[in-house]
This record gives sequence, C-alpha cells and structure tokens, in this order.
Amino acid sequence: MEWANQLCENRQFGSKMTDSKYFTTTKKGEIFELKAELNSDKKEKKKEAVKKVIASMTVGKDVSALFPDVVNCMQTDNLELKKLVYLYLMNYAKSQPDMAIMAVNTFVKDCEDANPLIRALAVRTMGCIRVDKITEYLCEPLRKCLKDEDPYVRKTAAVCVAKLHDINAQLVEDQGFLDTLKDLISDSNPMVVANAVAALSEIAESHPNSNLLDLNPQSINKLLTALNECTEWGQIFILDCLANYTPRDDRESQSICERVTPRLSHANSAVVLSAVKVLMKFMEMLPKDLDYYGTLLKKLAPPLVTLLSAEPELQYVALRNINLIVQKRPEILKHEMKVFFVKYNDPIYVKLEKLDIMIRLASQANIAQVLAELKEYATEVDVDFVRKAVRAIGRCAIKVEQSAERCVSTLLDLIQTKVNYVVQEAIVVIKDIFRKYPNKYESVIATLCENLDSLDEPEARAAMIWIVGEYAERIDNADELLESFLEGFHDESTQVQLQLLTAIVKLFLKKPTETQELVQQVLSLATQDSDNPDLRDRGYIYWRLLSTDPVAAKEVVLAEKPLISEETDLIEPTLLEELICHIGTLASVYHKPPSAFVEGSRGVMHKRLPARTGSGESTESPDVGTAAGGSAPEAAPSIIPSQGDLLGDLLNLDMAPPTTTGPPPPNTGMQMGGMDLLGGGLDSLMGDESEPPHVPPRTDILRSPSPQPLSPVYTHTDYTYTDYSHTDSPPDHSPPDHSPTEHSPPAELGGDIGGSPAMGAGFGAAPAVMPASLNAPVGGGLGDLFDLGGGVGMPMGAYIPPKTVWLPAMKAKGLEISGTFARRAGVIQMELILTNKAMSVMTDFAIQFNRNSFGLAPAGPLQVLTPLGPNQTIEVSLPLSTVGPVMKMDPLNNLQVAVKNNIDVFYFSCQYPISMLFVEDGKMERQVFLATWKDIPNDNESQFQIKDCHLNSDAASSKLQGSNIFTIAKRTVEGQDMLYMSIKLSNGIWVLAELRVQAGNPNYTISLKCRAPEVSQCVFQCYEAVLKN
Amino acid sequence: MIGGLFIYNHKGEVLISRVYRDDIGRNAVDAFRVNVIHARQQVRSPVTNIARTSFFHVKRSNIWLAAVTKQNVNAAMVFEFLYKMCDVMTAYFGKISEENIKNNFVLIYELLDEILDFGYPQNSETGALKTFITQTGIKSQSKEEQSQITSQVTGQIGWRREGIKYRRNELFLDVLESVNLLMSPQGQVLSAHVSGRVVMKSYLSGMPECKFGMNDKIVIDKQGKGGGATGQSIAIDDCTFHQCVRLSKFDAERSISFIPPDGECELMRYRTTKDIILPFRVIPLVREVGRTKLEVKVVIKSNFKPSLLAQKIEVRIPTPLNTSGVQVICMKGKAKYKASENAIVWKIKRMAGMKESQISAEIELLPTNDKKKWARPPISMNFEVPFAPSGLKVRYLKVFEPKLNYSDHDVIKWVRYIGRSGIYETRC
Repeated sequence: MEWANQLCENRQFGSKMTDSKYFTTTKKGEIFELKAELNSDKKEKKKEAVKKVIASMTVGKDVSALFPDVVNCMQTDNLELKKLVYLYLMNYAKSQPDMAIMAVNTFVKDCEDANPLIRALAVRTMGCIRVDKITEYLCEPLRKCLKDEDPYVRKTAAVCVAKLHDINAQLVEDQGFLDTLKDLISDSNPMVVANAVAALSEIAESHPNSNLLDLNPQSINKLLTALNECTEWGQIFILDCLANYTPRDDRESQSICERVTPRLSHANSAVVLSAVKVLMKFMEMLPKDLDYYGTLLKKLAPPLVTLLSAEPELQYVALRNINLIVQKRPEILKHEMKVFFVKYNDPIYVKLEKLDIMIRLASQANIAQVLAELKEYATEVDVDFVRKAVRAIGRCAIKVEQSAERCVSTLLDLIQTKVNYVVQEAIVVIKDIFRKYPNKYESVIATLCENLDSLDEPEARAAMIWIVGEYAERIDNADELLESFLEGFHDESTQVQLQLLTAIVKLFLKKPTETQELVQQVLSLATQDSDNPDLRDRGYIYWRLLSTDPVAAKEVVLAEKPLISEETDLIEPTLLEELICHIGTLASVYHKPPSAFVEGSRGVMHKRLPARTGSGESTESPDVGTAAGGSAPEAAPSIIPSQGDLLGDLLNLDMAPPTTTGPPPPNTGMQMGGMDLLGGGLDSLMGDESEPPHVPPRTDILRSPSPQPLSPVYTHTDYTYTDYSHTDSPPDHSPPDHSPTEHSPPAELGGDIGGSPAMGAGFGAAPAVMPASLNAPVGGGLGDLFDLGGGVGMPMGAYIPPKTVWLPAMKAKGLEISGTFARRAGVIQMELILTNKAMSVMTDFAIQFNRNSFGLAPAGPLQVLTPLGPNQTIEVSLPLSTVGPVMKMDPLNNLQVAVKNNIDVFYFSCQYPISMLFVEDGKMERQVFLATWKDIPNDNESQFQIKDCHLNSDAASSKLQGSNIFTIAKRTVEGQDMLYMSIKLSNGIWVLAELRVQAGNPNYTISLKCRAPEVSQCVFQCYEAVLKN
Repeated sequence: MIGGLFIYNHKGEVLISRVYRDDIGRNAVDAFRVNVIHARQQVRSPVTNIARTSFFHVKRSNIWLAAVTKQNVNAAMVFEFLYKMCDVMTAYFGKISEENIKNNFVLIYELLDEILDFGYPQNSETGALKTFITQTGIKSQSKEEQSQITSQVTGQIGWRREGIKYRRNELFLDVLESVNLLMSPQGQVLSAHVSGRVVMKSYLSGMPECKFGMNDKIVIDKQGKGGGATGQSIAIDDCTFHQCVRLSKFDAERSISFIPPDGECELMRYRTTKDIILPFRVIPLVREVGRTKLEVKVVIKSNFKPSLLAQKIEVRIPTPLNTSGVQVICMKGKAKYKASENAIVWKIKRMAGMKESQISAEIELLPTNDKKKWARPPISMNFEVPFAPSGLKVRYLKVFEPKLNYSDHDVIKWVRYIGRSGIYETRC
C-alpha cells in the first residue's frame, strides 16, 4: 500500500485529478466514510465512492461490509456506475448470498432494457454471480436473451450458457438451453456462431460421450462459412472445434483442408497454429500419392517459418509446436534449417528451443552449417545454453555418422578452452559417442584424461570413469586413475560409486594380475562400508561372479553392448500423436497430455489422430494408416526411452505380477482373473525360491532383467534409478558370509499362501462367494455362474461385495430386493435380485436414482421382461453410467433408489463400494505421481489402519489391481514394504495411496492423499474390503 | 479458457485483478508474484506452471501482465490476447505505465469486462470499442446509435465503425523492410532474407472498399501480358494479413481486398528470400603482420541508383581482445575504436548510390600466449535506404466507396519505402 500513500501525498501537492486518487483511501474509519458517500444524494459523489471501493477491492482489501450500500447504487442510468457496481457484485456475491438476492430485481429489469448494451451487460454479469438463488432467476432472462433480436445480446447469452453450466449443469439441461445453443450455430451473425461454438465445446468437454457438438458435414459447412466472417478470436474457437471432427473419408478431409488453408495467412499466430492443427490432423487421412497431399505439405512450411518473426513469447509457443511437427512430419521443414539459427538477442527460452529443433533437422546435407553454428553457441555466456549446445554437438555425431569425426574434433577444441562446464559437458557426450562408434575415436582418450582433475559434476565424473573402465587395456595407468577416484569413494554420489565399481571390475577382468588388490578394495567398500543397497547388491553380484566363475564374469561384465540408437529424446509416438491433436494449446507447450496438468474431467479425454480411410482403400487398419502417415515411422527410429521410462521398467520389475509390465490388463473380468492368477502364481513361486538363505533377496533377481546387459544397462539407467529407490539402509541386507535370517517368519509364509491364488481359492475367496450363492436360490442363470466363476477362479478380479437385502418384502408390499455392485469390463453394474413374495404378479418394473455424489445413473431401463409371478425370483443386472446429475450425499457413497412396479413406487437407499468407480486407466505416471503427491497439501492426507490382513505386499498389490488400484512403485525400507498406488475415480478425481506392509505384522498402515479428501474414508473402506476378501 | 487476468507493477503489487473463472482464487495473484516477479533467477519461460495453475506473462516496460488458467487453453491465443490487450490500452491512454494504469483503472476494468467474457476473447478492435467505451462517460444514445454499435461490435467488420467522415480523404502507405544478410569473405551470399511490413494509415470517409496491388510474381504471371512494361516482379515466400483482409479471396485469386480500420494498421507482413537487392556490399581484407599487428582494410560499395541516398550508415569491425591500440584512416565519415565493445565503429551520415568508400586500420596487439586463435567475428552494418530491398512495389491501392460521392481519384495517396538493415553481416 506504500504507493497508495505516496500518491495520496502527491495529490495533496496538487497533482492532476485522476482515477489513481481512488487508490489512496487508507485511513482508519474509511468504511464509514465510504458508507456515507455511497448513500449520498449526489450522483457524482456516489460514483466516486464506488470507484474507491473498487480500488480497495483490487489491492485485496475486504470491502464486503459495504455490500448493501453498493447494491443500492445499482439502479442508475449511468452505465459506467452500473458496471462498477456489477464488478463489485461479481466479487462479493458469493460471500453474501442472501444480500446478493437484493440485486436480482435490477438484473431482471435490466435484461428487458431497451438498450441492448444494458441487456447484454445484465445477462453477462448475472452469469458470473455464482449464487444458487440468483441462478434460478437467471433462467428466464437468459432464455429471452438467447433469442434476442440484437446479435450483441445473443453472443453474450451464448457464453452465459457455458457459465450457467459451470454452476449447475443439470439446470442447463433441464431448461433446454443446450438445444437453443445448438440452434445458435446456424445464427446469421458470425460472432454469435463463434461464441456458441466456444460454449458448446466447453460444455462437451465435461460430457465426453455426449454428442453435444454433433459435428456432421452440414454443421461443418456452417462453421466453415462462419470462419470467413468472424473475428480473429472466433476463428480460433471454430478451428479448435473443427479439429475435434473426424471426416468420413479422404474427400471430405481434403475439402475441409482446402477451406482452412487460407487461414494460414492470418496475422494472428493463434489462428495460424489452430489451422495448422486442423491440417496436420486431417492430413493423416489423405492418401500420400495424392497431388494435394504434397501441395498441402508445401503450404505448411512458410507460415510456420513466419511464426518465428512474432513476439518472443509467441515464438516460444510456436517453437514448442514446431518441435512436435518436426517429429511427426520431418519433411515439412527439412529445408528450413537456417531460420532456426539462434539470434544474439533472442530470449534464452527461444534460444534453447531453437537449438532443440536444429538437432532434429540436422542431416548430412546441412551438418556443416549446423556444426559451425553450434560451435559458435558454445562460446556464449548463458551456461545452460552453452551446455545444451555442447550436448547438441554430441547428438549430431550420433545422428549423422558422416559428421562424427568433425563433431569429435569440435568437442576436443572445446575441451581445450578449459572452461569447466564446457569440458564436463563434452566428456559426457563423448562417452555416448564411444557407445555409438566403438573402437573409433579412442585416440582422444589421452586428452580426456588430462582433464580428470577438473571434473566436479557427478555425471561427468561417472562418464569419465566409464570411459577409463571401458578402455582400461589401452590406458597404461588406468589403475592409477581409478585408484585416485577410490580415495574419496564415500564422498562420491551414487552414480559415480556404481560406475567406479563397474569400471574397476572391468579393469580387473582385463588386467587381472596387477589389480587384484584394487578390486578387493572396491568390493569391500561397496559391500561392507556402504549404506546404499544398490551399490551393495551390485557389489555382491560381482563378488560372487568373480569368486565362482571368472569366465562367466568376463562374459557378463565385458559383454558387447548394444549400440545406442540414432535419435534421442524423441517423444513417444502415441504421446506425440495426442500432442499433435493439441497443437497451439498448453499441452503442446508443456509436451504433456492435458491430464497431466488439468484437474477434473475436463479435457482429460485422450485425443487421437484419425486413421487414413481413403474412399477407395478403406480396409486399411488404423495402425497401418498412422504408421504410413509420417515418413519417419516407416523406418521407425528406435527410441532411447527417456530416463523416466527406464526407471519405470525397473520399478515394474520390482513388482511381481507380470501384467503390470505389459499392456494394461484386458478388460473382461474373466481374462483379468486368468492373468492375475498367473501373476500371483508366479509371484508366489518366486517368493518360494527366495526362501533359501543363500540367494540374494528376490527383488534383486527380478531387477536384473537379463544377465547380459548388466553393465551396459547400468551405465545408462542406474543414474536415475538410484535417485528414487532405497536410499535408506535396510538392516535385512547382510554380507554374504552371514546367513540371512529375514525371509522366514511363518506369518509371512502364511501371507504368501493366502495371497497366492492357486492355493488361496478355497480360503480367501470363499466367504465372499457364499452369501452370493445363498442369496440366489433360483434362476441365477448366467449371471450367477459368472459370479461363481469369479469367486472360485479369480479371487484377484474386481472385488464384489456380497449381496445384501436392500428392500425387505415387508416394506415393499411383497417385493424383496437384494443386490450388490460390480464393475465388469469397465462397466459399473448394479446386480439385483428381485423376489416376489406377494400373492399377485408384478409387472412394469422401472428404476430411478436420486442425484448422488458421483452421478451414477441407470444406463438403460431395468430389464425385467416377463412378469414376476408369486414366489418367483429374477436376477437382473443393470448397467450404470456416471454422467447423471451430481449431488453430494452423506455418506458419500450413498445411493437413493426408487423402484416402481405395477403396485407402487418403493424407495430405499444403499451404499455402493467406491471401488466400482475406479477406472481402468487409473495408473498414474510415476513422475506425475511424485509431483502430485508433493503437490497435494498435507492437510489432505489421512491415515488408516487395516488390521488382521495376512497378505504379503505383492499379493496385496495384485489383489488391489483387480479392483483398479494400481501399484506404481514399491520400495523396501527397513523390512517394511511401501507400495505407492494410484486410483482414478470415474469423475476424474485421483487418489494417491501409500500402503505400508511390515513383514510379520498383520496390521497395514495406509495413507491416502487426494484433492477431495472427502473420498478418503470410502476409499479406505474399499481397501479393507478388497484386502480382506 | 483464461481464468483471470492480473496486472502488476515492477514490485509485484497488483494494479488490476480480474477473475473470470471460479477455479482461480486470490492466491493465484500471490503465487505469480512470489514465483515469477520475485524469482531470483531470470525468467526461463513465458509460461509458468505453479501448482497446476498456468501463468502466461508478457512485460511492457516494467509492468507485468499475467493471464492465469487451470485448463488446457490455446496458449497462442492467450499471448495474442495479451498483446492485443496492450494495444487496446495504448490506444486508450498511451504508454503502459504504472501511473497510466492507476489513472485509468476504471476504464481498464470496463475494457476487461468487454473484451474477455468468461475467459473467451471478444471483439477487441479499438475502433469498435471506442464507440461505446469512452473515458468521458456514456452519452445518451439514440436507439439507432445503439443498434449501430452492437451490429458493429458483432458484425463482419468489427474493426471499423460506420459514419466516419473526413473532409479530405487521404491515405499513407509505408513499406518497411528489414534486410538480413550473411556473406562470406569472398562475397558469396550465405543467407539473405527480407522481412517486410506494409503499414497503412487511412483517413477515409464511410466504409471504403480497398484493393491493394503489388508486383507479386504470381499475380503478374497470371496476368501474363505487359510483364515487361510493369517491370520486375518478386516472389514472396509467405505473407500474413491483418484480419480485415479477406483471406479466402487472397487464397483463391491472390487479390488483397479489404475495408481498412480507421487510422493506422499493419496491413500485411511478408518474407522474401529471392532476388534481394543488397544495398551495400562489404569487402573486407584482414592481414596479420607478425604476431602483434593486424592490417584491416574494409571497402563498402553502395549498390543502388545514384539518385538515392542511404542514411545512418554504421560499419562495425570487430577487433581482437588483446588489441592495444588502433589507428584508423577513413575516406568518409568518422571512425573510432571502441575498446569497450572490441570494435572499430565507422559512421557515415549519408551516402549516394553507386559510390564506394574505404577505411583502413592498423591494429596493434599485445603479445599473448593464448593458443586459441581469434575467432574473427563478422563485420556488421546498419543503414537505412529509401527503397524496398525485396523489390516490392505498390502497384495500386484502389478505393471504392459506393455510398458516398468520392471516387478513387479524389483520395490523396502517399507511398513511402524504407529499407533498414536487420542482421547484415559479412565474415572476414
């Protein structure tokens, strides 16, 4: 508020009378003064007072106490004053709902004003006031405004429908506003069309399956016509909407492309990018041999290049998108390398992005130019940029074989500069060059060794050590070099320690005579003096290998390494496809799917590129279509997964069930059970094997994927692996000469058996099945069989609670209803048993749900086709959807149901296990999990105890997976297994869980973190139910 | 869509805060201040994600404009909108400064209410906005006036209001180009391109229908005949147009037709790479005399009509880091060694076409044991010439206003060409 005071003084010294003076009211008692002024008779004074109020509001002061006085000023002819009062209302109405109602009359009156500007203003503001009572009154005026004669009012009303939908979706549907909105797409005024499209697109996002936009050739034609006439912003709305459409065939696709291409010449970069998105997407459908396809490709390059002359922030957005486009269709920009050369006055974020694209475009034809540029960049001032430039030189070497020699000599030049970070970066990339071109550039090793002392970054040290170990036979003093590192072994970071261990073992295998002492030293350092389990594990493996079979050791450690592939840092193809569908948006800037940064269900739907379905060649499968779409995928470059992916693989290996490493489990309950059976079985087998004392703990067996890549895999991946996993010291790892005592307590054995489904079928699952079969005496039919099958054969499938009586016959004139909920093949089902205990026949069954917390609603009618005679029972399963109206219930999983038959309507309520709502794609990316976990405030964490559960962690994890509770990672700390799990509810809420299982302790601890902490209790109940049944 | 819009001063104090969506709270205001404005490091990206909230920012002098969202918005649109917002504010009250923003905060709120609805950008053309958002308060409008306003704001020609009258119909066209060059010491062009803009200032009555013609190769070739008479044509790599230009017509017929906004607008931007007229040629000659001396001779030749004059010519000749002294002799203009910039700067006020001028310098070097050779950065040049280096010529700009009685001939038209140097470098 300092400046406000200063300004106050200025004013006293007679400065100009302007609006800034309103920022100056900071005295005590100002509220009273303002109150008086607001109630003044003089219009001018009133207006001044309202301005002061707004100024205070802006700087964050609470002026809500003035609510009634400000609202009193609302009825005025002065539009400026009115707008100010409205602004105030929008801010404070929510905190004072009762008083906000005072404003309603004025709004309603204003909506009928003769002046269209005032009508629009009223409807616009009303939509921003999120108070239920006001919303009710909004409907009538809104309906009128949607059909107003003035386009300005209509375009404002169109957006207002989206606002209202955000407040109360059900109301919008009930009132039929969606249909009116759809009609507006055919409005004569282009801006009305554009706003209607924007509103509909937004509403459609929260109803992914509704056919709200109903795009068809006719409506597309309307949109394309409006495209030529509306404002630049309207064009963006329409193009973004068009991008969601999938043309029927290549002809339609081409004709849309033809009508969209003129937009590429628009001065507004967002229009251009959205047009590029539509074209990139629809191009997928065009046959490649079509002339038009080639023309289109040529037309795309110039506008993309032109984007680079926009303002820097937009250049950044454009470059992030070009990065995607270049990966998808390298041919578009392959001749445009020069425009990505960095300019001295580019902001750093533009420079870094340009550099990335330069490397993607580097080819034999332009490599000389690129290298000259990169060398230039390596002498700049910004450290990050220089590092990236040096790294880029290495990537060029790997990408363009012909240039490798030149790249290496350039790197050597750079090493000569002795600039510390340049040298380190160069060494890191030279290591990769050695990997790609073994036995070619070893002559430079001497130069590298000169710089040994200056390396202080772990990555560079590790790279250097790797080089020394790998070429130990050619470096005379390799042992001395490595020994010098060994002195400070314990101060090194883990990656350096691991590397040093491997390097010394390599050295020993190459020069056994002189280095025996060295290798013994490092092995004992690694196994006995280290707290790091990875390091110790690796140490043990080497130790055992060397002591049992040196020949085998040689084969393992000095095995030929797989060559690293050409292209690095490529985005994984399915993600790339999805991102192409999001060109221009934040997703394309972050290079992440929207689900990674958007909360709730909005925009989480995954978008895919259309498959090529030419009218003549429609038989092509989608996969072929997309693969042939780009030119690159034909010789699909193999990808070095980013470090996170490798980490994932390793972590997955830690988890027993093989299903988690493969594609997501198939959806049908039957298959899922089968797979899990296998997984669980395998798990227990492995578990059994790990019992004998002299074998290292079983996680280690599982972790090394195959004997061969031991050293190469570690050199590339273990860097990050260690970042995450067991950095604490588990006491159960002991040196090999002691006999480990850990894996023996009977409790765990029991747990293993209980969890192993092969044996556990009779045990764990039986109680779950029994009541179900008891409750279904007659006519169980197929459904029951299925249930039974589920009970016996697949205890690991989704957990289904036993059926309970929901509606006793006493209360429902003879109709008894019992039932349960199940999730089968991704569909939520309500399984009902209807028994007629009355004397007369029952017919005309129907079912309805009250609004509930997760929008559960019957997806179809209740299928009771034949009349239900006395003493007859029928089993029905009713598929449910989650797009129904939402209202928070207490308890959260409470469901109120009405069942009607020819006799009466009956009401009952039941509780469904929230696990029915766990969707199949609830497995979170590990990085996302980590970030989200940190992101959710600790207040949202809740802890529960699950008592008397005798499963081991792996069995628990696979059991939970059956109910779509996915284990993402597991680590073991001090004999305690920590499982990290994610769950996604059908409404997009994520629940993260940490399950702690202590061997031998039947009590589990579970911590749940969720942005909506209300659900935690229900989720916990599910854990308990799933784990105990 | 955009969830909120904040304007901060350089200290991070909020000057304007407008929230459009329920998912954006007041804490977002602070999050941006703490994480971006007060961040210790230089900003590494114009888009920042803090706790699942994305912030887009642009800076104008020391004012920060930030748009906030929690959704997957069209990022390009958000930035375009922020730029537009700046344009609109500038058009209303001049420079974007803390004082101006405070003085006009009511106006800014009014504008924000109008040009952004629920986070969706609406008509943001100043021409239209000024008809109903004024600083002097709303005059009472007649019914016709009101409907005229609304139809203009929502109409196809949202950037121009009806009923504009000028006593003298006049228009100015500026063709502004920036020519970029990288040349090898031997005089071979390594890369060259021109990026140009056509800026139009029009003071025309009514709703004038305009048609702009230039010597675009595609158009000339299509017309076929008279190619020789009209002189050279140029190949345009790419061009973009102001939203008033009918793009589908350009795409189909390559004709540029439009109804211009009143006052100034950037009608078109373009790029060319072929047949560029390089206004100056730089011929460097660097000779190393022993280890402690360099002899540099640079000749510049002006390559355009002798009747034209180039202005503000500046040649910058880099010198090694270990330079101890420089002696310069130049035929024309003034030359100085600037030690702080490691360069000899040679300035010439004016130079006619087809002339030649020379500078020679002796550079004394301190002996060093630095093995690294001097990298010889390129010689760069700045200038301004009164023609378009791309060769672009305005062939016509026809004005039709069917309703008012003035014809194309009554409009006074002015055309001006200015070519400036972009990055104009010659290696030595």
